Amino acid sequence: EKMFTLKPGRLPQADVKNIIFFVRPKLELMDIITDNVLREDRGRSPQRDFHILFVPRRSLLCEQWLKEQGVLGSFIHREQYSLDLIPFDGDLLSMESESAFKECYLESDQTSLYHAAKGLMTLQALYGTIPQIFGKGECARHVANMMIRMKREFPGSQNSIFPVFDTLLLLDRNVDLLTPLATQLTYEGLIDEIYGIQNTYVKLPPEKFAPKKQGEGGKDLPTEPKKLQLNSAEELYAEIRDKNFNAVGSVLSKKAKIISAAFEERHHAKTVGEIKQFVSQLPHMQAARSSLANHTSIAELIKDITSEYSLNSLTNLNITRCETTWWTSFSLAKIASEDFFDNLTVEQEFMSGIDTDKVNNYIEDCIAQKHPLIKILRLVCLQSVCNSGLKQKVLDHYKREILQTYGYEHILTLNNLEKAGLLKPQTSGRNNYPTIRKTLRLWMDDVNEQNPNDISYVYSGYAPLSVRLAQLLARPGWRSIEEVLKMLPGPHFEERQQLPTGLQKKRQHGENRVTLVFFLGGVTYAEIAALRFLSQMEDGGTEYVIATTKLINGTSWIKSLMEKLEPAPF
Amino acid sequence: LFLRDIVDDDDDDDLERVSWSGEPVGSISWSIKETASSSTSSLEGRDSGLQKGSSSYAALPKQVSSYSLSSLFKGEVPHIQHGQMFFPLTVSRDNCSTLGVGSVCSLERFRSLQDKLVLLDEAVAGHDGNVITAVLIFLKRTLRREILFRELEVRQVALCHLIHFLKEAGEQKLLLDLLRFLDRTEEVALSQYREHLNIQDVEKRREFLKGCIGLPFSAEDTSHIQDHYTLLERQIIIEANDRHLETAGQSEVFRKYPRKASILNMPLVTTLFYSCFYHYTEAEGTFSSPTNLKKTFKIPDKQYVLTALAARAKLRAWDDVDALFTTKNWLGYTKKKAPIGFHRVVEILQRNNAPVQVLQEYVRLVEDVETRLNLATKYKCHDVVIETYKDLKDRIQLTAYKCKVERGSAEEEKINSILNNMQIRWKN
Repeated sequence: EKMFTLKPGRLPQADVKNIIFFVRPKLELMDIITDNVLREDRGRSPQRDFHILFVPRRSLLCEQWLKEQGVLGSFIHREQYSLDLIPFDGDLLSMESESAFKECYLESDQTSLYHAAKGLMTLQALYGTIPQIFGKGECARHVANMMIRMKREFPGSQNSIFPVFDTLLLLDRNVDLLTPLATQLTYEGLIDEIYGIQNTYVKLPPEKFAPKKQGEGGKDLPTEPKKLQLNSAEELYAEIRDKNFNAVGSVLSKKAKIISAAFEERHHAKTVGEIKQFVSQLPHMQAARSSLANHTSIAELIKDITSEYSLNSLTNLNITRCETTWWTSFSLAKIASEDFFDNLTVEQEFMSGIDTDKVNNYIEDCIAQKHPLIKILRLVCLQSVCNSGLKQKVLDHYKREILQTYGYEHILTLNNLEKAGLLKPQTSGRNNYPTIRKTLRLWMDDVNEQNPNDISYVYSGYAPLSVRLAQLLARPGWRSIEEVLKMLPGPHFEERQQLPTGLQKKRQHGENRVTLVFFLGGVTYAEIAALRFLSQMEDGGTEYVIATTKLINGTSWIKSLMEKLEPAPF
Repeated sequence: LFLRDIVDDDDDDDLERVSWSGEPVGSISWSIKETASSSTSSLEGRDSGLQKGSSSYAALPKQVSSYSLSSLFKGEVPHIQHGQMFFPLTVSRDNCSTLGVGSVCSLERFRSLQDKLVLLDEAVAGHDGNVITAVLIFLKRTLRREILFRELEVRQVALCHLIHFLKEAGEQKLLLDLLRFLDRTEEVALSQYREHLNIQDVEKRREFLKGCIGLPFSAEDTSHIQDHYTLLERQIIIEANDRHLETAGQSEVFRKYPRKASILNMPLVTTLFYSCFYHYTEAEGTFSSPTNLKKTFKIPDKQYVLTALAARAKLRAWDDVDALFTTKNWLGYTKKKAPIGFHRVVEILQRNNAPVQVLQEYVRLVEDVETRLNLATKYKCHDVVIETYKDLKDRIQLTAYKCKVERGSAEEEKINSILNNMQIRWKN
């Protein structure tokens, strides 16, 4: 009947018979539930019954925990709700498992891979067996193995559905550690980088969204952040989301002219019929105008930020509140207006292979000015990945500066980053990245942001490695890049699944193949944009649907690898 | 004996109700489950003949295929009751007469080491996290530690699973023993170091950190841990002294700028800033002096100068700033130099609202001419602009700059006198 967010303390009043806890199997949540249950007034009438629903699976550990707290018996039903893949849009599915990357690559815990396999089995049950499976990476191999085994164990699941997908491509995130570290430059990517998109919603600073009504004076500026939903159901958003941000302005101004002209039509309507027609269009036009207003505001916000990093947008401060009180003027001063572009410049230098083997001045300056730690970590990891690991001296230098500036406890995070392969010493003495970059054409100097002809537009010059692999798989196939594939971690493989006779699809001439790309460990909006770009290419030959364990950006990704540090109380 | 209603249908009902687009997703998944249960029920049917003794226990066949083990427990979670591990079996309606609704299987039947290892290997092959965890808990309880560790050493997946489980469940001691056994000494060290975050009391934390120093960290990390301990030790001393100074009320800087927070557990650079702020003039011998910190922690010049500059600028101690950049060469002449660019110095001074006369001194020292001009113009350091244009012999720019200065000011006069100087060979 009613839905509340889980939080500690007493449960809300609501006059209901049953209370169902709908949770992921995480121990921290079990503590909150225990608190809720213990505080429930047993004397109240009518008594309320408790149930718990784990998503996507029950967990022995959680139930043991609840038992140890003495509340397990309070639940009448303990069930699970097998929600593996959640549709985010017509071509996008996500498990929203934020710990998947950490579990798979740091802890060798393959639980999320099991769920991925189960999700894929469900997809196949709905959309037909996928005849071809390609993969690159250890986790990809595991998922494929599980799928094959699951298929064997359930022979009855052979169904007579015409396969929608021709190919499944499983990709480990650690095959391409570079892409999530770079700042995304598509419209949607930038919104995510700066404000963070959660489950297709974004919360924005309200000032630019205040309605300009006559006679309301400037008194009541809204204080609540403006919440907007972003998906392809909104026409304008679908049009601009995947464009490079520099190309958005012209679309918006064209749209403004079209909408203005449409509203002007009312002056030309002469007959009753024409007026009626105009009126019937009105809701659509008003929706379009409101959509345009919203996105113009968002574009302005982004423009402001990308030309001047202000204090308010530094959402990832890793400094305790005590420090901010008076060291603010020293450490968090308003950063000079070119900072976004300075940051971008350094990223692009690294990605194009320039000076990746020495300590970088900009990074040092940022540490000295105590920029947010995650920003620093993204940059040093980017340098490390573009250099196949840093020289021991350079690595030690960065580590020392980071620990001295942000605190020694960050040794734990740095250790995690090393384990994940993001920030490590160069072991073989060889840097493979230039070869990989050249063979796969990852850096394109002549990028066209307005009318792109290549996926590199999403990072204004850098083509996401993962998407290149997908692109080359479709045409001309991975045989052509065998050598480079060997330089990337993990095995690559191909599997075929038998289709019942009669279901083998013969593609009509001109009909596109459909490939499902599954990113194990996370995917960014920029990569999604790049795949969509490939889908709509003339003579591209393939359309893509994207699935992943989690939608990520560099900040949320690095954050998931950081040790949870308790703030010291004062 | 343990009876529990296992409502198999409930699971299916959930699946049927669930759908994102309103379509009956449940029907197909449901049919998979039905097929699955019918394939396992045939398994169960075979086995029922093998049963002896208590009919509510089903013997798990040794040759059970890897996935079937998991499929037997599908959707249900093993639990521990009366000290025994129970795996509830989901039964289809056909078989409930044979096995009884609510049957469970106890792992206690796996007595020999051989059996236990087979069970573990099958669980791992099934990839089901809950099953693997359950089996590991069982083995943890029923096997001698050395044997368990030895067997896990050669079973990577199970090993990783156990480590993860021990971390989650907070079983620190067993975790460390396991890591030591595996000779993963660095991990032992880091794992133990991590515990310091749970210690709130500073003295106890200090003690704990001291104990961490001897742990098998990598060489680099060892020095960091050492530094962490030393830093906290210093901070405790400084904090105690300063609290005293504050309450005594004798020190001017503490009176004018009361501390809003304690220095405990702050990073090194922050501590240095604090020290440059409150204890700048102290001799190297004291724990709270900046130079002592610099020496003890080998803080590089660059970082030191930046931090000291920021602190003294905040206090508007321009003389101190001056001294920071002044060095005497062997002839006794002073000159200014900085390990950071002077444009950075200017930036920091400007941020702290330094008066123009002070700012001007440092703008003058900026090496790059263009930057110097930009900064000078931006911050209205007229003399510097004028001098620079004069050095560049740029008459046009100098003339143009006249409108930026006040009429009748000394600067205007200066410009005029330079423009009238016959000896300058202007370039334009």
